[in-house]
Amino acid sequence: MDFIYTFLSPGVLSQIFVGLSRTVILFIVASGLSLILGVLRIPNVFHGSLYMIGAFMAYTICSVVGGDAGFWLALIGAPIGVGLVSLATERGLFQYLYEREHIMLILFTFAISLVFGDLVKIVWGAEYKSVPVPQVFQGFVPLFGGLPFPRYNMFLLFMGPVVAIALWFLVNKTKIGKISQAAAVDREMVGAVGINVSWVFATVFVIGCFLAGLGGALVAPTVSVTLGMDHSLIIEAFLIVIMGGLGNIWGALLGALIFGLTQSLGILIWPQFGIVFPYLAVIVVLLFRPTGLLKSTW
Amino acid sequence: MVTKGRIGAYAGIIFLLALPLFFPRFYVYIASLILLYGLLATSLNFVLGFGGIYQFHHCVFYGAGAYGAALMLTKTGFSPWVGFIVGPLVAALLSLILGLICIRLSKLYFGMLQISLGSLVWAVIYRWYSLTGGDDGIHGISVPDMIASANGAYYFALIVTGLSFFIIFKILKSPFGSVLQGIRDNPIRSEMIGVNVKRHQLAALVISGFFAGVAGVLFVVVDTTVFPDMLFWTLSMEVMIMCLLGGWFTFMGPILGAALIVLLRTFISTYTVYWALFLGIVLMIIIFFLPNGVLGYFQEKFRPKKLVKG
Repeated sequence: MDFIYTFLSPGVLSQIFVGLSRTVILFIVASGLSLILGVLRIPNVFHGSLYMIGAFMAYTICSVVGGDAGFWLALIGAPIGVGLVSLATERGLFQYLYEREHIMLILFTFAISLVFGDLVKIVWGAEYKSVPVPQVFQGFVPLFGGLPFPRYNMFLLFMGPVVAIALWFLVNKTKIGKISQAAAVDREMVGAVGINVSWVFATVFVIGCFLAGLGGALVAPTVSVTLGMDHSLIIEAFLIVIMGGLGNIWGALLGALIFGLTQSLGILIWPQFGIVFPYLAVIVVLLFRPTGLLKSTW
Repeated sequence: MVTKGRIGAYAGIIFLLALPLFFPRFYVYIASLILLYGLLATSLNFVLGFGGIYQFHHCVFYGAGAYGAALMLTKTGFSPWVGFIVGPLVAALLSLILGLICIRLSKLYFGMLQISLGSLVWAVIYRWYSLTGGDDGIHGISVPDMIASANGAYYFALIVTGLSFFIIFKILKSPFGSVLQGIRDNPIRSEMIGVNVKRHQLAALVISGFFAGVAGVLFVVVDTTVFPDMLFWTLSMEVMIMCLLGGWFTFMGPILGAALIVLLRTFISTYTVYWALFLGIVLMIIIFFLPNGVLGYFQEKFRPKKLVKG
């Protein structure tokens, strides 16, 4: 491995790994958003709220059950809880609004994000919450050259590809995935061959929101769970989706990679303005590829 | 009908002029906020409702105007009035730069690139501690004595917004305004009859950015503070809600929407901290049942023949 150090210092390498673990969270959330945008054509602003709700649910499950079992339970329970919330929203509100203009849908989903934000405040309060890192993943692993790297981040790096492959399988190899691909292109035709498009949409919506909840549950042990984490994340997720190409899951992965890496390496280059670099990357990408890096499904 | 409307308008102007005589200081402050948010929403509606351009992150120009004026007032020795002119010019210049980058794209992609660029501006202001004070912002900006009191600030805001509304209204009624609305309704046909679509849209964006900057300067006068949240995208959404609430395709709609939002926020937040919950529910109901906004609904209902969508 020593040859790497000739052009990359250990500091840069460890920062790349930090960026990659951030990428995983961004990818999981953004792929859900992309799925919803691609199939349902809803720019879902409250996706970030669902991510926040996922993190808060993970906190509750962890503090009720406790220990490692609590963490694993949270990892399954929180996304399912978020999925149920989104199912209720979709069946109760969204299914009547599919034909509206984008700008209306954006404002509508923003309204829901306001409501969810306050509901979270009512249920969990406004204080910072912290979720303990499970015993298994406590401590550090020595990276190349003995740099310590949090074991939990290793777990995140493992989860990213798992989710990506599961999504690929879901979209390309299952019946619901194929139907949803068809519905993304021509929803009337899909309805004409006798498929209940409304329920296909509901399923895709719930899957996308499930991913938001999963992202929230995964990120919970690494950050302080707090109100307002939705607003900063959703804008990043949107930019990733736009950068990658609307509705394209691999585009979301690519976008998340660019976003995560520019974020973590930007801090090395210019600590004060580190947060500027991802936005610069988005601008550069959109200047040269106005409709995103990969083909969008629109 | 016309005379009735005119009498109503005169009554409104007299009410606005006399407002500080009858209401306590707090309400005068609220009235100033309504005026400046009304101007901000109108400047957005100029491009969004009348121009059909998806300006998602309008508050960047509002914040740029406010920061431009605030920095001139605190860091340089020029007369404050110069600062008040520099603020909107900074906003217009920023609008031109952002517009040049974004204008090649349309609809959702335009909006997203605009949000991205706006977030970049936000991030720079948020982190540039030595110049902008970072996340603290700048507080206690001293404005000229004449407009420092609540009443003085109110009258200043009233005059400036009145003038701005008049200018925006005239622009909309001018050939330029008609072309802009033509582009919104059918960009391809406009292109065919020899309109330079992109140039018109860019000019509209610069005008809109300028008036957003004026609103930002008014905020500096009324509140004597600036802070980075003025450029955060949630505020842009709120301003869009003001436009939607009042009605996209009407001139007075955004002003009404701004008044509704400011009043709702002021009075509901005295009863409960969960005012956003209330706003969200109101907004959902509006989108479900009144997609053209409150004013748009009444226009449709009571003047069906006069309704020209745009």
